[in-house]
Amino acid sequence: MLSHRVIPCRDVQGGRVVKGVRFQDLRDEGDPVELAARYDQEGADELCFLDIGASADNRGTLVELVQRVSRALCIPFTVGGGVRSLDDMRALLEAGADKVSVGTAALRDNGLIAAAAREFGSQFLVVSLDAAPDGEGRWCVTTHGGRQRTDVDAVEFARRMSDAGAGELLLNDMDRDGTGDGFGLDLLRAVSSAVPIAVIASGGAGKAEDFARAIAEGGADAVLAASVFHRRQLTITDVKQAIAAHGLPVRWPHSTTGAAP
Amino acid sequence: MHVAIVDYGAGNVASVRSALAHVGVGAVLTDDPAQLAAAEMLIFPGQGHFGQAMARLRQRGLDAVLHRHVASGRPFVGICLGLQLLFEGSDEAPGVAGLGLLGGHCRRFQPEGPGGARVKVPQIGWNQLHLCRPDSPLQVVGEGASMYFVHSYHAVPSDPRDVIATADHGLDFVAAVQRENLFAAQFHPEKSGAAGLQLWSALVDRVWWGRPC
Repeated sequence: MLSHRVIPCRDVQGGRVVKGVRFQDLRDEGDPVELAARYDQEGADELCFLDIGASADNRGTLVELVQRVSRALCIPFTVGGGVRSLDDMRALLEAGADKVSVGTAALRDNGLIAAAAREFGSQFLVVSLDAAPDGEGRWCVTTHGGRQRTDVDAVEFARRMSDAGAGELLLNDMDRDGTGDGFGLDLLRAVSSAVPIAVIASGGAGKAEDFARAIAEGGADAVLAASVFHRRQLTITDVKQAIAAHGLPVRWPHSTTGAAP
Repeated sequence: MHVAIVDYGAGNVASVRSALAHVGVGAVLTDDPAQLAAAEMLIFPGQGHFGQAMARLRQRGLDAVLHRHVASGRPFVGICLGLQLLFEGSDEAPGVAGLGLLGGHCRRFQPEGPGGARVKVPQIGWNQLHLCRPDSPLQVVGEGASMYFVHSYHAVPSDPRDVIATADHGLDFVAAVQRENLFAAQFHPEKSGAAGLQLWSALVDRVWWGRPC
């Protein structure tokens, strides 16, 4: 059976891993290649790098970072941040990215994901969906890190992206992001039951049990988190043990028998 | 071993070369028929659409190169779409003939499997191998090894003896095939961490290919 993936996510800028609170007071956290190797060793199933300083002038540093990571790493990784066009995607694919995460551009340009699926295949396309409650019992798509709401229904948008050819949805709960209160299970259930593609839960992770509930109760296929892993509050193994305790399949990379370490 | 990777514009093929570098093997990445014909081992990766990939292969005359290589008895490794293209056709591109090196057809995963289990399509992630034959290179990773899969279609070979591993995604699907010098994996050994590298080490070792099947 397909294992539930645990995916650490890191922000990068200018080819380095950075850490800050809400994009403020950024601190250099080291070389992405070294960090990628460490997460791989610790049992991450996949990695995600988000370029938070994305602009037209510094695409070169991101492409160079992707080249270095892909040469060093033998597990899949996704790159996102400022991916706006087929040309942006092609540059990242050629540099060695396994997948790209497309956010705002997929919302603005209705045909982008369908065109990208024809050009590169669905396996390459993760649509990043930032959702927040709309105040009427449903969820809307937001932009600008959750600060701006749109009148687009999140579940409807998820369905549209799946139909257009997205391979996965990265569902960010902007109401929970950074709170550590657990993933928003209602939102997860609403989206994961609406689409046939994999849903990656993001936003709100605090305890190892939160990840397990996102899968067992929310219907998520995979879980992604940033701060609990970089603050070392939790290890990948902690999270996988909590998921496995629910009888759900996870991958134990250093064992060929599928048993927990 | 002189290794060439067939580069015909189908997905992330550079990662195959990176994985080979990890196990100490240099490989050329090319679509030049002469260079491919000179290789001792051919690696045939691929992601994307069955029909477009076949069209690209035919356009560059690579289908004939692949046929000659397999017929010569030299080692051949297909990966992902590179496994599917070995068969006679696929639901993904009705009417388009595949390479026909193996008998059978590729079918799409259904969101609801025959047992009623709901599965996601495409399948993206790590799944465990069930090994069907004691003499395949997969023995180095062992029963239950997790490998990374990304695909919406799966091969249904007409000769069950070609199947060396299966995995479960709503149904038992074909995870790897082998017939004599032809080996192909539906998963991506180049993206399957330490287990994938172990498999690459076996695949680039002549010992495996000298064994009768």
